[in-house]
Amino acid sequence: MELIRMQNVKKQYKTGVTAIYDLSLSIQKGEFVFVIGSTGCGKSTLIKMLYREEKPTSGKILIGGLNVGKLKNSKVYKLRRKIGVVFQDFKLLNRSTVYENVAFALEIFGLPKEEIHTKVLKVLDLVGLKHKSKNYPNELSGGEQQRVAIARSIVNGPKLLICDEPTGNLDENTSMEIMDVLDQINKMGTTVIMVTHDIEIVKRMKKRVILLDSGRILKDYEEGTYTHEGIKDF
Amino acid sequence: MKALRIFSRNIRDSFKSVFRNFSLSLASISCITITLVVVAISIILTYNVNNFATLVEKDVTIVAFLDVDIDNEGRQSVSSDIRKLDNIESVTFQSKVDIAEEMMESSEVFKNIMQNWDESSSPIQDTYLVKVKDINDIGKTANEIKKIDGVSVIKYGEGMIEQLVSIFDIVRKISIGVVVALILVTAFLITNTIKITIFSRRREIDIMRLVGASNTNIKIPFILEGLFLGALGSAIPIIATVYGYVAVYNNVGGQLFSPFIKLIQPEPFVYVTSLILLAIGILVGMIGSWRAVRKYLKI
Repeated sequence: MELIRMQNVKKQYKTGVTAIYDLSLSIQKGEFVFVIGSTGCGKSTLIKMLYREEKPTSGKILIGGLNVGKLKNSKVYKLRRKIGVVFQDFKLLNRSTVYENVAFALEIFGLPKEEIHTKVLKVLDLVGLKHKSKNYPNELSGGEQQRVAIARSIVNGPKLLICDEPTGNLDENTSMEIMDVLDQINKMGTTVIMVTHDIEIVKRMKKRVILLDSGRILKDYEEGTYTHEGIKDF
Repeated sequence: MKALRIFSRNIRDSFKSVFRNFSLSLASISCITITLVVVAISIILTYNVNNFATLVEKDVTIVAFLDVDIDNEGRQSVSSDIRKLDNIESVTFQSKVDIAEEMMESSEVFKNIMQNWDESSSPIQDTYLVKVKDINDIGKTANEIKKIDGVSVIKYGEGMIEQLVSIFDIVRKISIGVVVALILVTAFLITNTIKITIFSRRREIDIMRLVGASNTNIKIPFILEGLFLGALGSAIPIIATVYGYVAVYNNVGGQLFSPFIKLIQPEPFVYVTSLILLAIGILVGMIGSWRAVRKYLKI
């Protein structure tokens, strides 16, 4: 079943720079997709449009039937509640504990306290941080902080998880730990889209890979078919 | 039930964030405190000036001297004619005998001269003391009284009263203008302070949006926080008003410089002023937060 459909999407910034040219794309439910390409190829713009941080200039973006491009600013939350987003810089609230950071994403729905408690502990257990629920983010390592961010992004059971260079700040071993967590989440049924620079990870994971170049899809590798050829220039 | 949970969480969060961002909260609170102290002082001054003006105005009396040969019936008809006029607050009769007695009591010299007069030979005239409702029309009313049969002379401090009235009018307008201007400046200052403090929490707002908080969802805790900051900021000015004014009032015995200038009784004046301060603090705090957050929700 199709989860994301992008049709002839174009994005031109107010500065006149065009980041995405006439891009069409379809992603099925349950897929794990890497988006790669050199700096400035438009991959950040592409996923920013998916979580409606940016609006497409023209074209259509459908996520689970919702026309994201037409979404009003005041209605963005409806989309955000259905997806999870993870960033390179974690975006945690440093004055709140690990538990509070994760619970935050549920409290805005007005769930009962007990339900929040159960769900938060379950998801913290999943990322292996149940024992650190009372710590503050700056008491954790980078990898642990990213795992908190992942826990927060999936705690309300989103259909789609968008990751913007989640391993960008982490060393190789820690990166692989994060990839294990993401893989596990994917196996539980969540579609994962991940933008990355790290070719080693892409090679090891053997997933679908979309290679972008100057705002266009250069190549779309099906699961397991990605090789290093053809991307010498980045 | 769900809305209730969300609301109680909002209240909890706004409390928390007042304390977690304590240095920033303190900046907002002290800004509110300082400006509200100034507002409190100007409110107290304005009210007292107005009160004084009103008291003076109320004291202004038109004295209508009746014809020397007027009889009892004539007096009655003058009294009822005066009462028929529009702008009349009260009419009091003072007979020449009463006036003579009062004058004799006040001075030995008067007593020596006046004790030989009897009722018919006395040059003193019966009078009506008339107080008016609206002092601005006193001239008109005085003229109308003068036209009544049996009234010989009118005295009400012509010229001086008009000047006094126009001076009080100016003082009133200026003082109200000052209070309004101060409140606006306060609102502006507080809004900006809160804006700065919220600027440092942009990240928090971004994250709230990211995890699916609606704009209302994001605004409410900040607005509640503004409410708490406003309430906390008005605490010191309120305490200062209540205790300070009572202390000053008792210290000077309820009057300034002379018995002529009376201060307003502390109760319920200080409580009303406190309520006004609290209302300004809360309102300005909420508006400040709301305006500041709104700026970061336009994406």
